Amino acid sequence: MNKIPENTELKKWYSDQFDSFENKLNGGADTYFHQIRKKAISRFGEIDFPHQKNEDWKYTNISPVLKYNFKPASVLSETKIEDSLIENAFISEVECCSFVFVNGRLHSSKTNFPEGVTAGSLSEIMKKNPELVKQHIASLSENDNSFSALNAAFSEDGFVLLIDKNIQLEKPIQVLFLTGSDTENLLAAPRNLIVAGKNSSAEIIFNYRGFGSKVYLNSSVTEVFADDASNITLYNLQEENDDSFHIEKLQAHQTASSNFTHFSFTLGGKIIRNDINTKLSGENSASHLWGLYLGKNEQLIDHHTFIDHSVPHCESNELFKGILDDNSRGVFNGKILVQKDAQKTNAFQSNKAVLLNKNAKIDTKPQLEIYADDVKCTHGAAIGRLDDTAYFYIRSRGIPADVAKSMQIRAFATDVVEKIEIDELKEIINHKIFEHLRRVEVVNE
Amino acid sequence: MITIKNLHANVAGNGILRGIDLEVKKGEVHAIMGPNGSGKSTLANVLAGHEAYEVTGGEVLLEGKDLLDMAPEDRAREGVFLAFQYPVEIPGISNATFLKTALNEIRKCRGEEEISAKEFLQLVRKEMDKLGMDEKMLSRSVNAGFSGGEKKRNEILQLAVLNPKLALLDETDSGLDIDALKIVSEGVNNFKNKDNAVILVTHYQRLLNYIVPDFVHVLYKGRIIKSGGKELALELEEKGYDWLIKEDEAVGV
Repeated sequence: MNKIPENTELKKWYSDQFDSFENKLNGGADTYFHQIRKKAISRFGEIDFPHQKNEDWKYTNISPVLKYNFKPASVLSETKIEDSLIENAFISEVECCSFVFVNGRLHSSKTNFPEGVTAGSLSEIMKKNPELVKQHIASLSENDNSFSALNAAFSEDGFVLLIDKNIQLEKPIQVLFLTGSDTENLLAAPRNLIVAGKNSSAEIIFNYRGFGSKVYLNSSVTEVFADDASNITLYNLQEENDDSFHIEKLQAHQTASSNFTHFSFTLGGKIIRNDINTKLSGENSASHLWGLYLGKNEQLIDHHTFIDHSVPHCESNELFKGILDDNSRGVFNGKILVQKDAQKTNAFQSNKAVLLNKNAKIDTKPQLEIYADDVKCTHGAAIGRLDDTAYFYIRSRGIPADVAKSMQIRAFATDVVEKIEIDELKEIINHKIFEHLRRVEVVNE
Repeated sequence: MITIKNLHANVAGNGILRGIDLEVKKGEVHAIMGPNGSGKSTLANVLAGHEAYEVTGGEVLLEGKDLLDMAPEDRAREGVFLAFQYPVEIPGISNATFLKTALNEIRKCRGEEEISAKEFLQLVRKEMDKLGMDEKMLSRSVNAGFSGGEKKRNEILQLAVLNPKLALLDETDSGLDIDALKIVSEGVNNFKNKDNAVILVTHYQRLLNYIVPDFVHVLYKGRIIKSGGKELALELEEKGYDWLIKEDEAVGV
């Protein structure tokens, strides 16, 4: 048996970095937030990096991530960045309030919020009014692996949205996370928090983009609290640099009659790991997790979802679709826990993947733990190639083979894309599918 | 229009077509009939270029051009159209997009300019109207959630808009009620003229009450065992296929 590598030197590297970070913090080192960091680095010291011997990381070999000594961005001074980089990465087609974070730090914002909405930088809120977030920050997400621990240890900023009860935000919010550098291998650790009051609603677009020539690691954690009857939709668009890494955890907590909808659109990055976890702890609440992941070259895209049904009369829907080309690999692990009191649970899960190349591969695993007896849970997985009959049908109308393939790709992705409620974003995603997979674009009349 | 000589084809190693000879001239309608499994649909699919079938011998010329060497899209551009027995659903691609893309590819091959949005709409609306199709079908995804009848009508709409030289209709009557059958037949009758040709593949005679063939061919075990005029279809309706099969087997011995 191979011994699990201990990565002693790498762990020392991060622990030394933490010392520099503390020195830099100066007066900030005695806040409660810093206590959270200290706990996290101490936890980081105790545990090993995830290994394929861990069931949760069975199909995802993260050793390429461990080859680098990433420099936490919070140890470095602010990144200078050209405006054109931001302009290119920003989704300008969607009218929205917006925030730009560069290497995890707030860079700029354009806002126009009604009273009762606090939105912006975690670091500023920590300075001005830390009590606002004290109850929620880091209360959901446990440091259950080295990456979430690194995020907690090195986070100094992130996006915060606090919405008072009964406020419905009309326009979406776009948060652009730009990560990268031409000089350092960076670790960015954005720490995001969304707290939706009773009967409030909001749509948020997280737009993760890379720049610069150096390989980076974006280790992101987002916590979402959806109070009674709130309605939160989070679009998570990931287009990191092709040689870089994105490891993210989303942890949502929902109470009665709340609706949480999460979209993950995964395009860029060399290794991408998304953990998307929701806990339904109030009756009549619903979680909707939709995903579209597109792999090419040597990309490895891993989605782990966990839906915890802890009370009766809740609903969860998951549909993940993968399109994998070249030597890319996909992993989908969907865990649904129905606790013994969670009667009348309705849970649906489906992962479908199409392999465009014989070298592409997917590992998919549903994982159902059901302790209640009056529930409806369905799950399914389907893996295959594009359909030959459809390919023939389209070509038999005079349409070239490459356009026919593109039409089939669009057809495959459409049931996820059609769920997007922002028309401009729908068009952008449709466009990006073809761009990422280097295919002829098909645009509907 | 099309000349088929000694055509042989396999699917998964099994010989399905075993020496088909057929000549279809401009302005003619030919019906291919035969019992289930006789190779009727295979013939239509082989002519349109379905890659699941392997052509193992013979020759097919469309106005003198060798069809068998062409990809399906090239055959379509040369003027071959297959109306599918089971039209395929393509969610996410609108009927308008699909039809316009196809039409422009075919026009490009004919050396014509791309059709303008306005002209396209005029053309499609006119044809949809004839087929009793709601204009809303244009913005719906290709065949997605269509009823059987709607799918068949949509095939005939494509036929009308793409206006090929040779129309192959594979069991176009299957699953249609009598009203839909009349509309679809009328669509085919509107299409045919002295410069094009139609090959109808059908199991039943009833379609031939509405689309009257010039010739009827009976296919059995991958060969044409009998050819005749439209009265042959009526004879088949009355007597079934058995008498022909027996006759054929007797000759075989």
